[in-house]
Amino acid sequence: MTGRWDVLVAGGGNAALCAAIAARRAGRSVLVLEKAPKFYRGGNTRHTRNMRCAHDTATGTLTGPYTGDEFMRDLLRVTSGNTDETLARMMIERSYDMLEWIQQQGVRFQPSLGGTLSLGRTNSFFLGGGRSMLNALYRTAQRLGVEVRYEHEVTEVEIDGRSFRAATVTTPEGKTRIEARSLIAASGGFQADIDWLKQGWGERADNFLIRGTPHNRGSLTRALIDNGVQQIGDATQCHAVAIDARAPKYDGGIITRLDCVVFGIVVNKNAARFYDEGEDIWPKRYAIWGRLVAEQPDQIAYIVFDAPNLEKFMPSLYPPVQADSIAELAGKLSLDPHQLTETIHDFNAAVVGGRPFDHTEPDGNRTEGLGIDKTNWAKRIETAPFYAYPVRPGITFTYLGTRVNDRARMVMKDGTPAENMFAAGEIMAGNVLGQGYAAGIGMTIGAVFGRLAGEEAAAYVA
Amino acid sequence: MSHSTPALIEADRLMTVCNSCRYCEGLCAVFPAMELKRSFTDGDLNHLANLCHNCGACYHDCQFTPPHEFAVNVPGTLAQVRAESYAQYAWPKAARPLFARHGTALALGLMVTTALFIAGFVAASDPGALWSAHQDDARFYALMPHNAMIAVFGAAFAWMILAITMGARAFWRDTGASQTGSRDHAQAAHDAARLTYLDGGGMGCFNDDDRPDDRRRMWHHFTFYGFLLCFAATSLATIYHYLLGWHAPYSWHSGPALLGIAGGIGLVIGPIGLLSAKRGRMPELGATGFRGMEVGFLLILLLTGATGLALRLLGETTLLGGLLALHLGAVLTFFLTMPYGKFVHGLYRYLALARHARDLRHHKTAK
Ligand SMILES: Cc1cc2nc3c(=O)[nH]c(=O)nc-3n(C[C@H](O)[C@H](O)[C@H](O)COP(=O)(O)OP(=O)(O)OC[C@H]3O[C@@H](n4cnc5c(N)ncnc54)[C@H](O)[C@@H]3O)c2cc1C
Ligand code: SF4
Ligand code: SF4
Repeated sequence: MTGRWDVLVAGGGNAALCAAIAARRAGRSVLVLEKAPKFYRGGNTRHTRNMRCAHDTATGTLTGPYTGDEFMRDLLRVTSGNTDETLARMMIERSYDMLEWIQQQGVRFQPSLGGTLSLGRTNSFFLGGGRSMLNALYRTAQRLGVEVRYEHEVTEVEIDGRSFRAATVTTPEGKTRIEARSLIAASGGFQADIDWLKQGWGERADNFLIRGTPHNRGSLTRALIDNGVQQIGDATQCHAVAIDARAPKYDGGIITRLDCVVFGIVVNKNAARFYDEGEDIWPKRYAIWGRLVAEQPDQIAYIVFDAPNLEKFMPSLYPPVQADSIAELAGKLSLDPHQLTETIHDFNAAVVGGRPFDHTEPDGNRTEGLGIDKTNWAKRIETAPFYAYPVRPGITFTYLGTRVNDRARMVMKDGTPAENMFAAGEIMAGNVLGQGYAAGIGMTIGAVFGRLAGEEAAAYVA
Repeated sequence: MSHSTPALIEADRLMTVCNSCRYCEGLCAVFPAMELKRSFTDGDLNHLANLCHNCGACYHDCQFTPPHEFAVNVPGTLAQVRAESYAQYAWPKAARPLFARHGTALALGLMVTTALFIAGFVAASDPGALWSAHQDDARFYALMPHNAMIAVFGAAFAWMILAITMGARAFWRDTGASQTGSRDHAQAAHDAARLTYLDGGGMGCFNDDDRPDDRRRMWHHFTFYGFLLCFAATSLATIYHYLLGWHAPYSWHSGPALLGIAGGIGLVIGPIGLLSAKRGRMPELGATGFRGMEVGFLLILLLTGATGLALRLLGETTLLGGLLALHLGAVLTFFLTMPYGKFVHGLYRYLALARHARDLRHHKTAK
């Protein structure tokens, strides 16, 4: 098709495809512009494994009910109440239906993956992972007649008052202008733009690793905000975890994550501990360490543990650094051997322990008398060989984006809803996530708001 | 762990990647099998490689396939390991280079055996019999006495069984597949008969691009069941001959003939389908250096099926002699090369499935 499209979707991930499919099913002409080349389409979606939807009964792939009320309580807890409650309630309500809708689009589920049993009740896992899920959405969209163009980045928008008119698209061949009756922005966060991250984090951001796509640089977010759309969130809010420091700068994905803090201690580059490693169980313990490491000098830390713990957690891509003594380990990590030996000696001396070790819940094995105690799972680090993983903050995605209302419509700076502009996914995640994170909610935000945006855009154009 | 070939080293690397990821866990047996271990011997990797049905699903589902810097290609790597494992376990050792030159071996074998049969026919009876045997009541046996046929094919068959058993035994030992019970074999037989794991976790297998279909499984069923029917036809004929004293030729509506016709049809349709599927398939998903082995195996099956059917149709014409020589040449070549080509994939896959059934059972009881 040439001329004016009914719906222009910017982005090519879960949010974009759900929007495109919903609008196309409502009979509209839909053009999807994805910045990445085909292989990297759906930048962060291709790295996902599950999504969190409310359901009242167990299913073939979910081990028990997870009601909307419980979902809401979880969300309030992880965000410390920092969420737009109306929006969040609407999303959770619509997530009930999402489980079935997304399967109708060809997505398949399986029981929770080995090593992630704690999510078997709440989260639906994609059979074959996020890229399989995404491929299914693309097949469906293209079968329905959605047109997809790769290596097309929406870089500028023409907005007349509250109304979108056209987009400037940057391609390898140059710039073009594309007109459409409505716009759905589903182009992800801005985490891959380190300079933008620096506006929130300062120079520290140079040492951050970006877990997903290098393409989510917020070019469209910036264009929208500069053209009158209201911003939500600030540049420091994001989902960040501690990942292996040896991971590539971008796109290392899930296999660089380390979930072994509870099995040992964490020290900074001065070989000193800086936080209670026994504070809370998964998933919280997983999600706080990215920020904690970001606060340390040079944004680096080391998880240190001993031989009996080596196979107690999910393996990861890089082997741990190994040594026969603590001093030797320190040498390999370029830490001060005396300091590390002393830190571990003090830690060992303070371990009270005595209870059966159980890493799945707080087990009361603690240290006593340290400046920073380890309040659960404290065990002496005493059996060679000793191991360490270097870790850095790994940014999953940022929360700063465009404000939307409960119809997924963007809200303008003056607080009025836009006429024909919608947003879904990471680009508006900050509306639901003021801070914090609950595993699988990124995909819920994308799917629910994506589908809603598609339906609303279709209704507007009609 | 150190490994003996580049393909095994790469497979080991990939298993570490996949074990940290596990997204493909629901697609087939390979990933759950991998999760039971953290380090892998050559035998373990050969086991996993033979467990893989090369459906291609994990290639398209993986976020780390090339051009990603982690360069994960599980189907291609396991295909390479698998093809090399056939040679690694073959008996006798001297025959191992045959795998890489399987296509040439087949072509030569076929020419030589066919020529020998023709020469034999001519020498055993008068030269004219080659063109007139179709008028003789004894038909085939006017060209080659029954006992001679039994002697030649019996010897080839026995050799084949011996060599294949020795290879399978080496594979079985190296992959640690002892202690399997009848339950495990029942499970393996079921999975092998249905090709359970060729369906990419339910979508069908991937061939030319990222859209799955289920045709390869269908062609494989034609081939495999065609082969079994032909085998059944021969077995039934043997029973007729020795137990019941009914001698060939058998009419078209007799048991052996009907089985043979059905089997022959399978062995024509199936290999043609598989050959055309192979032509369009993404090369990344396969092994390199074994094209002759893969194509040759299908061609010899096709030739066996086609000449068998042709004998049934044209057995009353002067073509009988030539066709029979070609058919017997194909069958003999097939028997002799079975231990040194793609044929062993079925056996090794079956054994891998049996070990997998055992491993899962042990793992469950250990829990
Ligand atoms: C390693 C990893 C694992 C994760 N696991 C999970 C999980 O299991 N469950 C979960 O819920 N969440 C998970 N997440 C978070 C999840 O990936 C995101 O929340 C979700 O994928 C966002 O979907 P999206 O469509 O908004 O963005 P994306 O999927 O990132 O899609 C955005 C697309 O927009 C394109 N784009 C960017 N700028 C432009 C532009 N200007 N014009 C056109 N196109 C543009 C990009 O190329 C990209 O493909 C994970 C993230 C990572 C990094
Ligand atoms: S093939 Fe790729 S997606 Fe599948 S388990 Fe391995 S690394 Fe993960
Ligand atoms: S190609 Fe298919 S059978 Fe082989 S490992 Fe991948 S998903 Fe499993």
